[in-house]
Amino acid sequence: MSARDDILAGVRRALREADTSPVHVSRGYRDTRPADVHLFVERVEDYRAVVVRCALDEVEARISDALPRDARAVVPDGLPWRVPGSVADDGLSALDLDDVDAVVTGATVGIAETGTIVLSHGPGEGRRALTLVPDLHVCVVRADQVVADVPDAFAVLDPDRPTTWVSGPSATSDIELDRVEGVHGPRRLHVIVAG
Amino acid sequence: MSATFVGMPAFPVAARTALADTQLRANLAHATGTIRAKRAKVVAEVDNWEELRLAAAGIKDNTLLHLEEHLVRLEESLTRQGAVVHWARDAAEACTIVADVAKSHGVDEVVKVKSMATGEIELNEALAKEGIAAWETDLAELIVQLGDDLPSHILVPAIHRNRAEIREIFLSHMAAAGRPAPDDLTDEPARLADAARLHLREKFLRAKVGVSGANFAVADSGTLVVVESEGNGRMCLTLPEVLVTVVGIEKIVPTWADLDVFLQLLPRSSTGERMNPYTSTWSGVTPGDGPQEVHVVLLDNGRTRALADDVGRQALRCIRCSACLNVCPVYERTGGHAYGSVYPGPIGAILNPLLKGVGVDAQTDSLPYASSLCGACFEACPVRIDIPSVLVDLRAQVVDSHRGDRFPKAEALAMKATALAFGSGGRLGAAEKASGLVGRLLGGGGRRRLPGGRKLLGRLPGPGAAWTDARDLPTPPAESFRAWWKRTGGRG
Amino acid sequence: MRVALMVTCVNDAMFPDTGKAVVRLLRRLGVDVDFPTGQTCCGQPMVNTGYLDEAVPVVRTFVHAFAGYDAVVTPSGSCAGSARHQHSIVARRSGDAGLEKAVAEVSPNVYELSEFLVDVLGVADVGAYFPHTITYHPTCHSLRMLGVGDRPMRLLRQVRGMRIKELPAAEQCCGFGGTFALKNSDTSVAMGNDKARHVGETGAEILVAGDNSCLMHIGGMLSRQRSGVRVMHLAEVLASTEDADPPMHPVEAHPVDASRSDIGGRV
Repeated sequence: MSARDDILAGVRRALREADTSPVHVSRGYRDTRPADVHLFVERVEDYRAVVVRCALDEVEARISDALPRDARAVVPDGLPWRVPGSVADDGLSALDLDDVDAVVTGATVGIAETGTIVLSHGPGEGRRALTLVPDLHVCVVRADQVVADVPDAFAVLDPDRPTTWVSGPSATSDIELDRVEGVHGPRRLHVIVAG
Repeated sequence: MSATFVGMPAFPVAARTALADTQLRANLAHATGTIRAKRAKVVAEVDNWEELRLAAAGIKDNTLLHLEEHLVRLEESLTRQGAVVHWARDAAEACTIVADVAKSHGVDEVVKVKSMATGEIELNEALAKEGIAAWETDLAELIVQLGDDLPSHILVPAIHRNRAEIREIFLSHMAAAGRPAPDDLTDEPARLADAARLHLREKFLRAKVGVSGANFAVADSGTLVVVESEGNGRMCLTLPEVLVTVVGIEKIVPTWADLDVFLQLLPRSSTGERMNPYTSTWSGVTPGDGPQEVHVVLLDNGRTRALADDVGRQALRCIRCSACLNVCPVYERTGGHAYGSVYPGPIGAILNPLLKGVGVDAQTDSLPYASSLCGACFEACPVRIDIPSVLVDLRAQVVDSHRGDRFPKAEALAMKATALAFGSGGRLGAAEKASGLVGRLLGGGGRRRLPGGRKLLGRLPGPGAAWTDARDLPTPPAESFRAWWKRTGGRG
Repeated sequence: MRVALMVTCVNDAMFPDTGKAVVRLLRRLGVDVDFPTGQTCCGQPMVNTGYLDEAVPVVRTFVHAFAGYDAVVTPSGSCAGSARHQHSIVARRSGDAGLEKAVAEVSPNVYELSEFLVDVLGVADVGAYFPHTITYHPTCHSLRMLGVGDRPMRLLRQVRGMRIKELPAAEQCCGFGGTFALKNSDTSVAMGNDKARHVGETGAEILVAGDNSCLMHIGGMLSRQRSGVRVMHLAEVLASTEDADPPMHPVEAHPVDASRSDIGGRV
């Protein structure tokens, strides 16, 4: 018998005498609440990320403020804002990306309650490696992309797309459970909340 | 790594060694104290925490009770999304599958995301035998690997090490594994994290094959989820050309939307954060993004055995947050090594016997007794595993597995005798008279009294010595309550 | 209302003053408490060590002794927890439908003392007087298995003449754990030492709790450490009045030797 058939038979055997009547799951926790952009800003800042708010037509200026002078920045296809001097991602290798200082992207969702940004890596957000290897991630979140909480985020995300949930810069608590920001992922996260 | 849990002594013996290590106890008390406070703060923020716990337990129970259906759906979804699905009955089969994938690409190294399942099956050791180096990339796992040590915590495997010890390990052992630690390395956590970043970066950038576990596997979409902090997970899941993910068959949730409860419970229970820095989800192969060859190994390795246990089945709800370790008064004092497994603490005390079965080895059989049954674990568990009840049930299984022994243990005889005395009030009264007499004889020579004035017993013989070696014990009173009631009708 | 005292095996044999205090307290509050002499033990020592078959006759004795009472009051959170949460498991194991039925009838009527006083009698001030400084340890089973919450504290706060000091890390287990104290004595002792240290830090004269088995463990360590702190059951504190100070044995003067009061000091 194949391992697959053996395991499935084992599962069947294990549950032969079990009471399999369904347990009721209350979904009251999904009650919708209004999204609070102020809370989103506060919570992102709690992770020691830099957050700035601006009008939609100021985004390009704020991106430029966020990038250090002479920083080599990479941008994904489909980014709706111009980033002068940046290189486009045309399939750069990991080593190439390691030589880049910063990446500028949009996002799909912002979660107010947890201060989380979710990328689903479509146009304007780029493939996953792009927002991983460079040390500074400048991420633009439109105020209308902010939802109240985690359940609201799942409701708008597409499971067929890869997603990356970003809550602050990379961090570790592995040494005496003291939190240190800045490990393998971007050590700096700069969030521009627009609109 | 040559360190192994194989041949570990039973819990009480291993605990004695750990308890004698004052540095270890200080490290643990500091670390668990810190994380307990962080967890308490972020859990208190959530007004519907109990509702989330109930929902999580319900979702997991419904899934486990129809596991076959969900497994088949997961396989279909993964295959549809371009992943290759493998099934492994046990550790050896799982290790062979991973090794074969690595060998088919001719590599002599893989980069690894921290994963409990691959620790459980001792994948690194198996790959080493095939000449393949498995580089741990989580900071704590790196500390354990470089120190040729064993993990002692689910979330923070190097929780038993303090910053000074970590600096020593980095300075002495990093060079042999790749880029050496900087000579001027201090024990500041930020400097240590930076040393790990530099050491691992070259490995991430060149790796062809990544190996991971998964926190969740979504049956209807074929989505796998890895929850992490440092970005090492993203590196391993994204940069290599090939990704192999080893997933226990209990990690399934039915739908994408069901994740919404777990991603609220896990970070708060685990690291005490509203959300962990990074969570990655992926469904098979995404053209032009990340690994283009994706394998998933569905692992049994005792899970169907646990599933068959009516009381113990709930342990398969576990999401490996380690909240139960952090609140456990036993774990806080003994640390994780005493449990002899990658799964230490209260969850380990039930999961190991459930996965391996009881009545086979004394080490596993000692685990259900490694608890004072204080219940702090159940209270903290985000998926409401009633660990104390499972512990008690497993103790009964351990006892039952020895009922046929030719030479019953002294404990079994004592329990039978006690049960006989407790069989009637009259018999108990007689036993009390006898014990009062014996107690007065044992206590006869002692001059010390308890504060309050009661006389003390001397050193007890046999197993009772385990009590009197560290604690005073009063002599039994001259008159039991029962005798007093009989004499006075309760109006004495 | 027919009320029975379930004194518990430990109190019966080792701490009869606690049982007497419950009787005195309840009678003072107008409850004519009875002591069914057929009672022995709740069976928890067997159940928690894994000897379920051995627990069957003990549970049978229990339901036989306490059948027909409206309330069964016990000065032990742990034993009340055993009756309410474990007896049904033992009965199911026995395969005896009659026992299952008897357990289902008796176990819901079992109350830990503070639950009975607050929930059934509806009192918080039991008229006690106790001119001492105490600290209170909430035992695990009363706290987490029964969920007695702040009931003991509500009762203690009404005791006249008494000062209460807050116990650091109060909710952490003392390390008793029944046979855990013997099977894993090193760990149990490590936990007990920390608890005893925290008790010492409060400066209280007396440690109060609702379970004498936990107090036997912590008190045994406090005594071994020559701390001078004594332990007392909640019932004995609540039973104390101006006219009848507790039946306290004369306190023997212990020379408190600082060099021996640290962890692990031996006789």
